[in-house]
Amino acid sequence: MAGVRLVGFGWRHAGRRAWAVRGVDLRIDHGERVLLLGPSGAGKSTLLAALAGLLPADSGEQEGTVEIDGLDPAKARERVGTVFQDPQSQLVMARCGDDVAFGLENRGVPGDEIWPRVDEALRRVGFPYHRDRPTAALSGGEQQRLALAGVLALRPGLLLLDEPTANLDPAGADLVRTAVAGALDPDTTLVLVEHRVADALPLVDRVVVLTPGGGVRADGTPEAVFAAHGAALAAEGVWVPGHPTVTRPAAGPPGAELLTADRLGLPPRLAPTDLAVRAGEALAVLGPNGAGKSTLALLLGGLLRPGAGRLTATAALAGGDTRTPPHRWRAPALAGRIGSVFQDPEHQFVTRTVRDELALGPRRTGRPEPAVRATVDELLDRLRLTRLAGANPYTLSGGEARRLSVATALATAPRLLICDEPTFGQDRRTWGELVDLFADLRDAGHGVVTVTHDGDFVAALADRTVTLRPAREQP
Amino acid sequence: MIGLEPVATPGAPLARRNPVAKLAAGLVFSFLLVASLDPVAPAVAIAIELALLPLFGIRYRVLARRALPLLAGAVGILVTLVLFAADRSGRVLWAAGPLLVTSGVLVTALGLVLRMLAVALPGVIVFATTDPTDLADALVQNAKAPARFAIGALAAFRLVPLLGQEWQMLTMARRARGVDAGRNPLARLRLFAATAFALLVGAIRRGTRLAVAMDARGFDAGTPRTVARRQVFRPADWLLVAGAAALAGGALAVSVALGTFRPLIG
Repeated sequence: MAGVRLVGFGWRHAGRRAWAVRGVDLRIDHGERVLLLGPSGAGKSTLLAALAGLLPADSGEQEGTVEIDGLDPAKARERVGTVFQDPQSQLVMARCGDDVAFGLENRGVPGDEIWPRVDEALRRVGFPYHRDRPTAALSGGEQQRLALAGVLALRPGLLLLDEPTANLDPAGADLVRTAVAGALDPDTTLVLVEHRVADALPLVDRVVVLTPGGGVRADGTPEAVFAAHGAALAAEGVWVPGHPTVTRPAAGPPGAELLTADRLGLPPRLAPTDLAVRAGEALAVLGPNGAGKSTLALLLGGLLRPGAGRLTATAALAGGDTRTPPHRWRAPALAGRIGSVFQDPEHQFVTRTVRDELALGPRRTGRPEPAVRATVDELLDRLRLTRLAGANPYTLSGGEARRLSVATALATAPRLLICDEPTFGQDRRTWGELVDLFADLRDAGHGVVTVTHDGDFVAALADRTVTLRPAREQP
Repeated sequence: MIGLEPVATPGAPLARRNPVAKLAAGLVFSFLLVASLDPVAPAVAIAIELALLPLFGIRYRVLARRALPLLAGAVGILVTLVLFAADRSGRVLWAAGPLLVTSGVLVTALGLVLRMLAVALPGVIVFATTDPTDLADALVQNAKAPARFAIGALAAFRLVPLLGQEWQMLTMARRARGVDAGRNPLARLRLFAATAFALLVGAIRRGTRLAVAMDARGFDAGTPRTVARRQVFRPADWLLVAGAAALAGGALAVSVALGTFRPLIG
């Protein structure tokens, strides 16, 4: 059991002018289950890190107080357990059981008590494997379940979940939510940060809304908070249930074919696939994990050499260069024809500032400098990045980084845009902007291919869908 | 790269020994062999190593595959030395134009290559029979290595395979952005350096996140750590180390008895 008390709490990261979070007065009692909401940049993750005692005094400046059971969070660490977003960087050990045992060892739990507690924690999250299973063999959802077990084994009074499902496909996210629901007991206080409110509501009995730089805006039962603030929150980017999203069907019929995939495959990652990509059409590629969706995106993007079959570009895409397959095009030619947006935006950044990042592609394709500058300014404005023109791409928030990664692919005005999970973990506002942006591109005659698990996104945008099956299930 | 994941039958009598004992035995064996420059002592040592292999539960074919880079390197060194070493003493065995192979150069080259193999094989055997987790546990429990170092290194080690995928991603992302080097070797070098830097930055960021997650689970708590997997250093483990010393000494003794012993110093 643990209670939380914040009085006038604020935190500013070292070297930043703006406060990440400020003026928060909040009291959470033993056993309460709280959903922490707020638009991007409201400081939800910072607040969670403060509760977890993971903001070292030398890494920034604090205002007001934060206490767990009357203690400084740095001294109350034993009472708090945290599950973070990225499954890959949370697992420490090579075997599942060892990973759960890791925290128990750190806390000095006697050796003969460790394994019974490991088994109990694995049972509580419904972990289906033996504890000798290699952690590397788990799916993302299973890894998050394991991370949760590692935290629960420590029997925290306060459980903090920082968007634990943001990096997962729907099936994996379901696994994690079921595990959380099953593992909660009346003695555990829960604070959850989650964009997708509808998914989080069954787990909580109280909603707290933060305003950027302005403390707590709303606090109460989900019904009361959403009745009073639902529309405003939806407009600010929170996924409030019952607020419909935009739908952008195609304005006209699709145009010329741009790419033809003929038994295109890459064993064992992708089984042979036939596919036509057309201008003026939004095509969504669906399928379960392991079906090779990302591989297909890389193949269509001319970034991987096909292991089987052929990918041919038409004259509408490649002009006179249709005899060479896309993976053998020189990079500047490729960037001028096909834009690729990667699942992890950070993989894509090459330069030190947002402005240089946008200018890179046009410069490489040999555009004159005034035209480059005009393109960059237009994209900065269109994707709400002007304020961040001088910032380092690696310091951007998730939504900003996603907008930048899409903008960089658009900077060379390619006829075809290929995106891998562009809406993963995005708030409602960025989501809507992406739908509009892609729909505008399509209506202007570009081809748009998205690999996605996001059913809402498909419903809002896609004109046609292709569903891949796992390579091993095919004859 | 030489693979590091264990490939041995875990139940084999010597594979079961304490990882620290295996490591110590390997080091003792290797260090003693460095003492001689002749080909006989390492040849005897290699024979001993290969003879002991079944006791470690490693099949010869598996070892050959794992030590392939080592063997390839050995052949390369042998050829280079035989053809180009300054030492041209002894009987002429083969001469073709500027190329001259003498018995002196052959003995020196063979000595060097055999030494390299004899010294490296114990390391290959240790890692082929040892789970990294067990090694870290034993280093902490039996060799009193700091847990912060041993467990931290173990966690970092787990991220190494990800670097390969990351490199491929970064290369593709650069190509997608219109960046490639074409045929220009200088541009290629620059691109390689830039990609390597990005890889490093990414690795540091990932490592930082992992460190935060580890501390969130009390890794920095300062409470004395307990252990979930007990590693015991038994008398048999001492015997393994002593045996390694004795066998290496035996190999040197054979070399002395045959009169081929050439000490490294003196």
